[in-house]
Amino acid sequence: MKLPLMQRRTLSLLAVISLLLALFFYVVWRTGPMAQIAVTATTVESRSIAPALAGVGTVQARYTYKIGPTYPGRLQQLHAEVGDTVEAGQVLGEMDAVDLNDKIQAQQAAIRHAEAVMRQAQATQAFAKAQMTRYETLQRDNNASEESVAVKQQDFAVAKSTLEAANESVNRLDAELKALRAQSGNLQLIAPVAGLVVARHIDPGTTVLAGQAVVEIIDPTSLWVNARFDQVSAYGLQADLPVQIVLRSQQASHLAGRVLRVEPLADAVTEETLTKIVFDSVVSPLPPLGELAEVTVQLESLPATASIPNAAIRLVKGQRGVWKIIDERPVFTPITLGRSDLDGYVQVIDGLAVGDTVVLYNDKALTAKSRLRISKRLAGVSQ
Amino acid sequence: MISLAGRDILHSWGKFIFTGIGLGLLIGVTLTMAGVYRGMVDDGKVLLDNSGADIWVVQQATLGPYAEPSSLPDDVWRSIRTMPGVAEAANITYLIMQVEKGAEDVRAMVVGITAGGPTTVGWPPFLVAGRHITRSHYEAVADVASGFQLGDTLTIRRNQYTVVGLTRRMVSASGDPMIFIPLKDAQEAQFLKDNDAILMQRRRTEDNPAFNRPGVPGLLDAVLASQASNPSVNAILVRIKPEFTAQEVAEPIRRWQRFTVYDREQMEDILVGKMIATSAKQISMFLAILAIVCAAIVAFIIYTLTMDKIREIAVLKLLGTRNRTIVGMILQQSLVLGLIGFVVGKITATFAAPLFPKYVLLVTTDSLIGFFSVQLLCVLASIVAIRMALKVDPAEVIS
Repeated sequence: MKLPLMQRRTLSLLAVISLLLALFFYVVWRTGPMAQIAVTATTVESRSIAPALAGVGTVQARYTYKIGPTYPGRLQQLHAEVGDTVEAGQVLGEMDAVDLNDKIQAQQAAIRHAEAVMRQAQATQAFAKAQMTRYETLQRDNNASEESVAVKQQDFAVAKSTLEAANESVNRLDAELKALRAQSGNLQLIAPVAGLVVARHIDPGTTVLAGQAVVEIIDPTSLWVNARFDQVSAYGLQADLPVQIVLRSQQASHLAGRVLRVEPLADAVTEETLTKIVFDSVVSPLPPLGELAEVTVQLESLPATASIPNAAIRLVKGQRGVWKIIDERPVFTPITLGRSDLDGYVQVIDGLAVGDTVVLYNDKALTAKSRLRISKRLAGVSQ
Repeated sequence: MISLAGRDILHSWGKFIFTGIGLGLLIGVTLTMAGVYRGMVDDGKVLLDNSGADIWVVQQATLGPYAEPSSLPDDVWRSIRTMPGVAEAANITYLIMQVEKGAEDVRAMVVGITAGGPTTVGWPPFLVAGRHITRSHYEAVADVASGFQLGDTLTIRRNQYTVVGLTRRMVSASGDPMIFIPLKDAQEAQFLKDNDAILMQRRRTEDNPAFNRPGVPGLLDAVLASQASNPSVNAILVRIKPEFTAQEVAEPIRRWQRFTVYDREQMEDILVGKMIATSAKQISMFLAILAIVCAAIVAFIIYTLTMDKIREIAVLKLLGTRNRTIVGMILQQSLVLGLIGFVVGKITATFAAPLFPKYVLLVTTDSLIGFFSVQLLCVLASIVAIRMALKVDPAEVIS
C-alpha cells in the first residue's frame, strides 16, 4: 500500500519533530536543575581498624664523637680519612707542639731556681733559730736585754715564713710543669671508641680552636632514625612499637625497626612530635647519615566497630556527618568519629549503625533536596 | 483541519527543518558562548566554595592568596585561632605549576592542606573516587581534569606522590585542576629551591667572609640552615562560628593582628571583578557580537522564507484570503522556526559543553532568556516580512 504524498510528509515531519523533542527533554532532564546527581553508595561495616602512623625522618648516628684539641694550636699531622674504621685508643693525629717544649725547659729552670732560693731560706732559718736559742740562754743569766731577745725571735719567725714561701713556690712550679707535660701528652688526637670516620674538617697546618672538631667518628651499629610525626596524627605513639622503615634510596625494601623513645620535647615550630626509631638489625650497606626515611608505625588492631571510608565524611553547616540514603533520598546525619587507619577507614562512634547506607562519592555537591542516581562508579573514573 | 502555516511547512518540510537546524546551530554557539562566560565565573566561585572558608587572612595589603602572592608565617594560625568567633583556622598554600605526569606535564594548582582529616577547612569537600589523604607526606588527591587516576605517581619538585583520591570541579580561578598534597610537602615544593640553586647559594655563603669566620666555627652551618628553612604559608582559611558574622570576626583580626582579611563577598569581588574581569569582558563582548549576528541571520532567514512564497501569497490574495490569515501564517511559521532553532541549539550546546577543555556552565536562566529572545526576534523579523507580503499586488500573479 502506498501512502498519499501528503501523509508521508506528515509522518516524516512528525518523526523528525518527535526525535528533536525527545532529545530536548533528555537534555533538560539530565542537565537542568531537575537533573539527578550521580552518587556511589557504601554500607557501614563492622570492621577492625588497625591505626597506623606515618612520618618521615632522617637517618642519624646515635653517638657522634667530635675529636679535637683541648688547647688552641696548629694541626701537625692527621692520619684519619673519611670512611676509615678506627679502633678505640688509636692515634688519629697530632697537634704541633710549637713552643711547648721550650716552656717545659723554662719551667724546669724555674724549679731549680726556686729550689736554690729554698735552700737559702733554710740556711737563714737555721741561723735565726740558733741566734734565738743563744739569746734566750743569755737572758736567763741576765746577760741580754729582753728587747734583743724579742728581735731574735722575730728574725726566726720571718725566716720560717720565708722558707715556707720558698717551699710553696717549688710546689707551684712543679704543678705547672706537670700541667705542661699533660698538655704535651694531649697533643695527640685519640679515638675514644671503635667506629667509622665520617668527617674530616681540618687539614694539617690549620690553626684549630680549643674544642673545634678535627674529625668526627660515629658508631655504625648505633644508627637510628630521627622521625617526625605530625602532632595531629601522633596519638598512640609510644616506645617499643614495631616500625616499618623505607629508605629513600631503597624504596623497594622495607626495613624493620622499633620505636626507641618518643622525645619528651616536641618541635613547637613545626608542630611535630619527635621520636627515635632504631633498626632491628644493622643496615648493610650503611645508609648515608641524613638520608630521608619514611616510617610507618603499626598500632594494635582495635575491636571491630561500625566504620566508614573517610571519603564519605562531609561538612554541612559546620557539622561533620554523612549523607545517609533513605528511600533514595539523601538525609544528612551528624556523626562522631573515632580512630582511623592509613587505608582511609574511620570508626563511627555515634550516629550510624552497621548496615546503614551512606553516600560515598558524588559528582556534585549534595543538598537534602538532591535527587540521587546511585551507580557503581562515577563517570570518568577508572577503577 | 490543518492550518495554512502547517500546510505550507508540510509542503516544503525538508527545507524548513534544515533551515531550523542551521539556525539552531547558530543559537547553540551563542548558548555555548554564554556557558563559557558562566563557566569562567563559576570557576572562581567553586574555588571559594571548595576551600570551605568563611574568611581569608592574608598578608597585609595584598589581594592574596588567589589574585596576588601573599606570604604569612606558618604559626600565625594559632593566634588567629584564639580570636573571638573563629571556629577553625588552617594554613594553606597555593602554587600553580606544571606537574610531571610520566613523560608529559599538566598545568595544575598544587594546594597544600593542613594535617587533620576530611572536613578540615581547605580539604576537598567531596571525592569521586579513592580516599582522602591519611599520611602526612607524599600522598595526593587530584582532580579528574588533571588526567590522573588512582594509584598514579606524580612528581612535584623532587618528591613523588601517590594519587589516593580523585575530585571533580576542584579548580583554580583560571580553571586549572587542583592537586591536594600535605602542607609540609607543599611548603617544601613552594619555597625550596632546586638542588643546583641550593648548592650555589651555599657556595656564595661560604665565600662571604661575614658568614664564614675562622674564629666562629658554627656560624656558617647556622646561616646555611636558616637559608633552607621555609616557615611560610599563603593564607589562613578561617571558618567562623555560626553565631558570628564574617565582619565581626574579621575586624578584630584586621585591627589587632595587622593582617588583611577578606570575607566571601570581597573574595568573590576580587576573583570575578578583578582576576577574570578582562577575559570575562572579552567573552561577553564576543557573546554580544554573536547575539547580534544571530539576530540578523534569523531576521534574514525569515524574510527570505516569506519572499520565496511571495507568488503564493499573491495567489492567496487573489483568491480573497483575508490579511489576518496571511499574517497568521507568516507569524506562526517564524515562531515554529524559532522553536526548532532553540530546541536544536539547546541540544547541541548541551552535548558540546563537555567537549570543551575548560568548564562550560549552561544556566537554565540563560536558556530561558535565549528562548524568549529568539521568539521575540522571530516576531520582529516577521513584521518586516509581513509588511512585504501585505503590500504585494495580486495582479503580479496574472502578469
